[in-house]
Amino acid sequence: MSFLLPIQLIFLTFLLFAGSRAFLRLKEGNITLGAFLFWVGLWILATFSVLDPEFTSFMAKKIGIGRGTDVVIYISIALLFYLIFRTNVMMENLKHEITKLTTEIALLKNLKGKKKKYNR
Amino acid sequence: MRKKIIIVLPAYNEEKVIGKVINKLKRTIGNLPKQQYEIVVVDDCSFDNTLEVIKGKGVTVLRHIINRGLGGALKTGFNYARSQNADILVSMDSDGQHEPSDIKKLIVPILESKADIIIGKRNIREMPFDRKIITFFSSLFTLLFFGIWCSDTQSGFRTFSKKAINNIEIKTQRMEVSSEFFSEIAKHKLKFMEVPIKVIYTEYSRLKGQPNLNSIKILLRLLLRLAR
Repeated sequence: MSFLLPIQLIFLTFLLFAGSRAFLRLKEGNITLGAFLFWVGLWILATFSVLDPEFTSFMAKKIGIGRGTDVVIYISIALLFYLIFRTNVMMENLKHEITKLTTEIALLKNLKGKKKKYNR
Repeated sequence: MRKKIIIVLPAYNEEKVIGKVINKLKRTIGNLPKQQYEIVVVDDCSFDNTLEVIKGKGVTVLRHIINRGLGGALKTGFNYARSQNADILVSMDSDGQHEPSDIKKLIVPILESKADIIIGKRNIREMPFDRKIITFFSSLFTLLFFGIWCSDTQSGFRTFSKKAINNIEIKTQRMEVSSEFFSEIAKHKLKFMEVPIKVIYTEYSRLKGQPNLNSIKILLRLLLRLAR
């Protein structure tokens, strides 16, 4: 068995960390089973690519892209775009939740004010 | 039986004009069809004296603890109207550019059950050139995405029937709410109508209006909301 290069060790440690995060988020109920499987699948593919760089060339041939490195870059870019999109959507949802709270507080304050007047 | 009509004025830093707008509105209500009217000002966390000015005016004040934009303020207005079991909701700008006597034109078709949403159509010819362009593209966007042609989608003078009040759920926060209404019209199959209104363009209302570049931001936010 050949020894791993330092860069491979660094990548593997990162992938192990990323996988454990996905597992923890699933346990906490912050991500769905589908999202967990997606991330774990992605990290497993990345692990194969780190352990055997030829794997990316195999993937490239299957997908129809010239070089293995290109596959990694294309997937990374697509993933980054997707993540930015998801983050934006999440932010929009958060803003919506904040507005809901603000609305409720405004209505409750009005109701309290009316009750005070009535009690006097 | 008299219908309950709630007039919502979303306000943000309007201390200079809001007092006059409310006074004019109150005077006009006497000449409108005999119904039960309530003026509601949604103060969107103004940092000037808007709140102090409106407090002594005998209107319902709903104050946001943080600024949420026009969409947020209208959402509060809608929720209040639902809690009061209102029959009609009127929304108009608080910068004085809308003529309160036009309310009559905007509520009569609802009282006669001819429409669920009525939008006060500004005279496009009277608009400044840059606004004409933005208004045209907004109308085009509305047609492409929701299949509804409206010559003035961005008008802030609108009336809503009870069916519209109970069905419309506002999700956008800021100016994109004007376009969001059309997705709600399509979704809930609401009857929609446009009625011409007078608009008083003042230096103040022009300054308070949206900078033209904001239109792109508004469009992007709306697309994001639609794609989620």
